[in-house]
Amino acid sequence: MSTNKKSSRTITVAALARVEGEGGLTLQLRGGRVADVKLRIYEPPRFFEGFLRGRDFREVPDVTARICGICPVAYQMSSIHALEAACGVSVTPEIRALRRLLYCGEWIESHALHVFMLHAPDFLGYESAIHMAKDHVEVVTKALELKKIGNDLVTVVGGREIHPVNVKLGGFYRAPTRLELAPLVERLKRALALSLEAVRFTAGLEFPGFEPDYEFVALRHPDEYPFNEGRIVSSRGLDIPVAEFEEHFVEEHVAHANALHCVHKGHGAYHVGPLARYSLNFDRLPGIARDAAREAGLGTECRNPFKSIVVRAVELVFACHEALRIIGSYAPPEPASVAVPPRAGSGHGASEAPRGMLYHSYQIDADGLVRKARIVPPTAQNQRTIENDLRELVPTLLELPREELTLRCEQAIRNYDPCISCATHFLKLDVREG
Amino acid sequence: MKACRARRLVVGVGNPDAGDDGAGRAVARRLAARAPAGVIVRECAGDAAALLDAWRGFDEVVVVDACRGAGPPGSVHQLRAEDLADFTGLGDTSTHSFGVETAVGLARALGTLPRNLVIHAIEGHDFEPGAPLSPAARRGVDAVVLSLSSPR
Repeated sequence: MSTNKKSSRTITVAALARVEGEGGLTLQLRGGRVADVKLRIYEPPRFFEGFLRGRDFREVPDVTARICGICPVAYQMSSIHALEAACGVSVTPEIRALRRLLYCGEWIESHALHVFMLHAPDFLGYESAIHMAKDHVEVVTKALELKKIGNDLVTVVGGREIHPVNVKLGGFYRAPTRLELAPLVERLKRALALSLEAVRFTAGLEFPGFEPDYEFVALRHPDEYPFNEGRIVSSRGLDIPVAEFEEHFVEEHVAHANALHCVHKGHGAYHVGPLARYSLNFDRLPGIARDAAREAGLGTECRNPFKSIVVRAVELVFACHEALRIIGSYAPPEPASVAVPPRAGSGHGASEAPRGMLYHSYQIDADGLVRKARIVPPTAQNQRTIENDLRELVPTLLELPREELTLRCEQAIRNYDPCISCATHFLKLDVREG
Repeated sequence: MKACRARRLVVGVGNPDAGDDGAGRAVARRLAARAPAGVIVRECAGDAAALLDAWRGFDEVVVVDACRGAGPPGSVHQLRAEDLADFTGLGDTSTHSFGVETAVGLARALGTLPRNLVIHAIEGHDFEPGAPLSPAARRGVDAVVLSLSSPR
């Protein structure tokens, strides 16, 4: 294996592991510099926006939920908010709280999976969670327990753990009773304790010194750490209502990917996800999550993408705490949904999927048929930032043996918990030399 | 979940709304009505964490799942956990849901692999969303139901 900086080489990861969907990475190195980085997304495009046209607006939440098996709630939430906005309907505080509770379940499930099963093996030098499990039985056992609690929360509120069926425009088909939520309290207390342990565990990992000057973009709400609502804000002063997203962000086709690259007009690449949410909303976290973050050595902002694993653990603390808070004051919404009569118009919605902001917009006619749909998933927004990270990171890693360099690149991609299935509505590594 | 030593668990795995992928679930549904005493029947979408949870405490576990590319449609393949010994790399194709092989690998690593784990894999050929079970997969289901419902 050549470590000769003067040579020209290409490193290829044909198929990226531990990411959702099918993609790969090609790094073209020339004279010790990165000549080109291409995150190749070859999972076929899925044309959701196309086949939603002409369908009844009430079908949209369940159809778009099918885009992803790990963040279906995000798709349901962004779509219902967009469609309710189009119809000029707002829901009751009780329905809103129940939506946040459902989202807590998805964050717990998704973050527990990514932190322990997908990302931690990178830091501890294992090929997979299975290899890691042999030496870290307790860590993996607790991770599975935590994920299961998230799954169970989604099941109770959403009707089933994958692709929940209880969400509809205007609210829920049926609201869970207080009695049905009660058994979750002790389990969520256990999940909270496991999440605090997760923060300590991840804080003890080793992180490369790498802090790019990102433009962070996330939702921001006056009182809450963001799930369903808020204005779109950035670390460089952007502060817009969700309805203005398309005036400021544009999706571009690139030849090497079946997913569109989304950029901030006039600014370029930006960063969505846990680091952005945390850095823009630290003051909105409950005390217990802020304290855990401080003990983990995090400041009020975090720019090291490798530390996203710690931030996800802090967000686990938040999600468990928030779920307990909501259940503590839960009163079943009565009725479980409000009427959403169709009217001709357009609506926009954004919510914070576990891996970042998810934007939807719809145009419907007076009969409620979809005329136009637009879905901008978090991974599409992060693709260019992932390529930029690799462009900046790889020159510092060229002395590493090829296998280690490849693994480090994959780890850098997994910092984003990318969902290729979502982005093509997306990964594998190729480092080429010669 | 309480320990269920000395009892036998049958878990039907798959997606009942994706054609032949529902074969394992179909077996579980048919067997639930006629399971011999001492046999517990469960259904599972196939997520590894859920499977680990489903078989916790059982010494004897039968997993019924659909498969593809191992023989003619409708054929049934029996595998033991040991046959999957080298199967630690299946997480390589997806991340957000781990399947049966990952569950076996994880359980082995965590020391929670049931002492006796058999996998019945029914070969399917039509995995289209919304499609019913194909006649061939149905024959495979019949064969597995018959073999699992007879007292041993």
